[in-house]
Amino acid sequence: MSPRNVVVLGYGMAGARLADEIRRRDPHGERVHLTVIGDEPHHAYNRVLLSAVVGGTMRPESVRLHDEEWAARHGIDLRLDTEAREIDRAARKVMLVDGTSVGYDALVLATGSTPWLPPVEGLTDEDGELAEGAVAFRSLADCERILDAARVGAPVAVLGGGLLGLEAARGLAGRGNHVTVVHPAGHVMERQLDAGAGRVLAKTLGDFGIDFRLGRFAAKYVPGDGLKLDDGSHVHADLVVVSAGVRADTTLAAGAGLAADRGVLVDDALRTSDGRIYAIGDCAQHPGTVSGLVQPAWEQADVLADLLTGTDTAARYRGTSVVTRLKARGIDLAALGETHAETGDDGAEVLCLDDPARGRYAKLVLRGDRVAGAIVLGVPDAAATITQLYDRGVPAPSDRLALLLGRALPSGAPNAASPADLPAAAVVCRCNSVSKGQLVDAWRAGASSVAELASATRASTGCGSCKDAVCGIADWLASTT
Amino acid sequence: MTLTAEPTTTTAVATHCPYCALQCGMTLSREADVTPRQFPTNAGGLCQKGWTSPALLRSPARLTTPLIRTGGELRPASWEDALDLVARRLLDLRAEHGPDSVAVFGGGGLTNEKSYLLGKFARVALGTSQIDYNGRFCMSSAAAAGMKAFGLDRGLPFPLTDLADADAIVLVGANPAETMPPFVQHLRGANAKGDLVVVDPRRTPTAEQANLHLAPAPGTDLALALGILHAVVADGLLDESYVEQRTSGFDAVWRIAAGYWPERVERITGVSAADQRRVAALLARSRNAYVLTARGAEQHATGVATVSAWINLALALGLPGRQGSGYGCLTGQGNGQGGREHGQKADQLPGYRKIADPAAREHVASVWGVPADSLPGPGRSAFELLDALGTEGGPRALLVFGSNVVVSAPDSARVAQRLSGLDLLVTADLVLSETSELADVVLPVTQWAEEDGTMTNLEGRILLRRKAIDPPEGVRTDLDVLAGLAERLGQPEGRFPTDAETAFTELRAASAGGPADYSGISYDRLREGEALYWPVPDEAHPGTPRMFLDAFAHADGRARFEPVEHTGPAEPQDADFPLLATTGRVLQHYQSGAQTRLVAELNDTVPEVYVEVHPDTAERAGLAHGDLARVTSRRGATTARVRCVGSMRQDVVFLPFHFPGDQRANLLTNPALDPTSRMPEFKVCAVRLTKEDGAE
Repeated sequence: MSPRNVVVLGYGMAGARLADEIRRRDPHGERVHLTVIGDEPHHAYNRVLLSAVVGGTMRPESVRLHDEEWAARHGIDLRLDTEAREIDRAARKVMLVDGTSVGYDALVLATGSTPWLPPVEGLTDEDGELAEGAVAFRSLADCERILDAARVGAPVAVLGGGLLGLEAARGLAGRGNHVTVVHPAGHVMERQLDAGAGRVLAKTLGDFGIDFRLGRFAAKYVPGDGLKLDDGSHVHADLVVVSAGVRADTTLAAGAGLAADRGVLVDDALRTSDGRIYAIGDCAQHPGTVSGLVQPAWEQADVLADLLTGTDTAARYRGTSVVTRLKARGIDLAALGETHAETGDDGAEVLCLDDPARGRYAKLVLRGDRVAGAIVLGVPDAAATITQLYDRGVPAPSDRLALLLGRALPSGAPNAASPADLPAAAVVCRCNSVSKGQLVDAWRAGASSVAELASATRASTGCGSCKDAVCGIADWLASTT
Repeated sequence: MTLTAEPTTTTAVATHCPYCALQCGMTLSREADVTPRQFPTNAGGLCQKGWTSPALLRSPARLTTPLIRTGGELRPASWEDALDLVARRLLDLRAEHGPDSVAVFGGGGLTNEKSYLLGKFARVALGTSQIDYNGRFCMSSAAAAGMKAFGLDRGLPFPLTDLADADAIVLVGANPAETMPPFVQHLRGANAKGDLVVVDPRRTPTAEQANLHLAPAPGTDLALALGILHAVVADGLLDESYVEQRTSGFDAVWRIAAGYWPERVERITGVSAADQRRVAALLARSRNAYVLTARGAEQHATGVATVSAWINLALALGLPGRQGSGYGCLTGQGNGQGGREHGQKADQLPGYRKIADPAAREHVASVWGVPADSLPGPGRSAFELLDALGTEGGPRALLVFGSNVVVSAPDSARVAQRLSGLDLLVTADLVLSETSELADVVLPVTQWAEEDGTMTNLEGRILLRRKAIDPPEGVRTDLDVLAGLAERLGQPEGRFPTDAETAFTELRAASAGGPADYSGISYDRLREGEALYWPVPDEAHPGTPRMFLDAFAHADGRARFEPVEHTGPAEPQDADFPLLATTGRVLQHYQSGAQTRLVAELNDTVPEVYVEVHPDTAERAGLAHGDLARVTSRRGATTARVRCVGSMRQDVVFLPFHFPGDQRANLLTNPALDPTSRMPEFKVCAVRLTKEDGAE
């Protein structure tokens, strides 16, 4: 049987992952002949790490997902710096902008999303391109533009206080830029956070030198000067980074008459309304998914690779439970599930800790003993544990407070202040299973020094960790007899 | 069985503990009591197992006569009858079904001489390829990963005492406070400096002592290593000049690790991103740092990849092959190191040679005085061998030396069933272990203090364990047994020496030129007390305490990064089996417990299996501390006493594996095997917890 022709449109996080997963299942291309088409001039890179590139902790070459030989090594027809112009569903081929065309047995749309540019006077030129001094925060090229433009110490405005906007802001602040975030909602990351958490987060970011203009729109942009806001105030900025959200790139799909809403509609097999065409990642719209994150894209790539290689024809994508993690140096924030539930909500158990002075905010929403939602800011251990409970559906421990604080409370280990308080059965020397009671008995039988206690009971003759404890008991015995 | 006479010695003898790979120095007195001895690995310490080790020398449970199964029962027989019977049946089986119808199973507690002669016996006297040993269940994953990375595997490629000067130590899946307590002394330096890190899903006694305890979900250690490696690179801590000058393959590893940013890894492992970065930073800022792995990282169906991931981390930080830093594996069994070097492994010949390598076959065959083409090729790995017993095309007879497979192998109910399908099961044993109870013929053999032999400890140092007392009447050495059988199988007299030193002299020749070269080691040098770490290629050579200082053992002298991906446990939890069980050890018992359960002082302390469980998880199952619980997996069920432990993850239970019958933790375990090391997944399987029927 000759391999089926699979064409992937898009070589970003989703498309690259799909290619990897297909080759993992079909290393020699016996089942799938793979063509990947990417519009950027270079190999795929890890978009998640772009804020680290902006922050200067990672170099652009460090975030590459594939090396130059990747396509040749895996027998993949990789075409860079080009894109599809049109899909001819009847002929089952894709026409590219360079005039060539590629036939397919199965076509995968992994075209991602494009930055949404808010309607700000002067922000875009007549072609809809960003004006000078304004940059989106989406691609490696954007990062390079930001780094070129943002002189150390220069004022920068970030349009948008969502996840990516804050990551960019933190990265730039770390490089010494004076950053102002302009955000139309009343608090940052309002999709994921409640107002309390948003407040604490903004304060924490403020400590890193980031200013906020919340509940404000940018009305006008003047290159070299900055932004004028809807209340008439002014934000001085040499550079404006636009991170106001993204829109699924559905142009090709719409042109081909595929059903689309916010994104290209797909079912659990990631099929569009044309059974030979699939969509994954940001351009796809699946009922169980929030777009814009890498986790769903990778899980979809996994399922689709099973289907396209025939490894598991029953594989289905059922949605992703999303955990939002802000990747910003010095800030630990996780948000998941229902984060807007309030204490007193019916059927939900809601706990909340609000500690802005220390940059901590923790909220836990439980339903029937299961974690239904959480916001954990500045409590890293709690974030890790709560996420595990949420992902694995494990009932939350009855000690809710310990969970919220991220630390199991002391387990009552033998930590008695005085040897007198230690129970007789308490094991003093683990290596030789010697209890306090045995030491007391040995003392009474005539062992009247640490050395004699050791030779009578073997306490402290293993790893020696208990030597101090044995000395303490000997001193106590000497003082009481 | 008869009561043995009180053993006597003429003088006190400097010896080593019969249990773990630490091989603590101790002195055996005339009265057959032990006292600890100053020796580098134990620094004068002994744990309860060591202190009580002589108990088994005078135990009424010792076997002192061969046993033959007649009329369904094991009955005393003479040595002549027992050996004649075994030899005759083996010859018949071979004549009828070919040489591979007979299999041999060895152990990591056997001396170098026994391991060596067992391999020779299988290949020469039986002509079978079917030999493997329980070391497969021990450190085989670390051995394979070490081979890939460094071109050579020696558990610790440096003396243990080097750890004293460490600024930071990361222990991955190691619980020495329980498994080799005197070892803990070597962790004090790092501990005092505030940088002792323990990676373990449980808050073990070792984790209790750590400055930082990371508790990944079982089966996610590999992802954790990737997350820390990511943090190393992202935070600018990569040792770029070392990576460039001493290694190859970093780029491919980074392409994978780049996809494991700490926040993503936190979600997989449950270890906070902040702690991952903390470990990266503390290792990078330390002048002397070590990464050490043990069974927790290794006993997985992805054990080799998991160890490779931690070695990658060590390489990225420039630790291996630098004095005062490094990577090492904490070998478990007494002779776990030597046992893996001298040919009782399915794919191996003495000197850590490959049985498939024509030059190795030529060399070893010439030492043995047989044609190279008469040597069989590689055979089945341990679990595959056990699983094939009595099946179509599988072996029909099994000889077991130094192992209690019915307790220590995974999916042990299946193993017991396979054993019952054999035409002939023969064991050489000190006491009637659970495996011997199933045997057709049981041969009573000597133990540590009753025979000469060498052991290679966890550092790759060769130790002489001298005979101190006479064995009970009626007991023979394993070497006697092998020689007696070999002659009955038609081998020329003397080809299988019964004297340990003679056997060792032959082993030296067989190992000469191999990676684990013992040719320069003699009993005389060991008697003089020389500290000899292999390789020791000639008698003037001082040995090699520290390896890789100038070059790694690959042809280009570089260490290799190994690209590995996280895939997770072979059997994840689900609605039917919502908990993960992990298995391990307790201080008072050794391996299958066949020996330590007979020592009253040990057995009284921990007399039965227990299951550690979070109090909430117990309560949901209707169980309280002290109740009997039923722990069930897809393969079987174990009855265990509940121990509520507040520090347990709520979705994890722990059981020690040293107990017999329906207390066997290995009734639960998953025999999914690592593709390279063939290590079973002892450390994680899906289970459920219920009230034991009939419990109050």
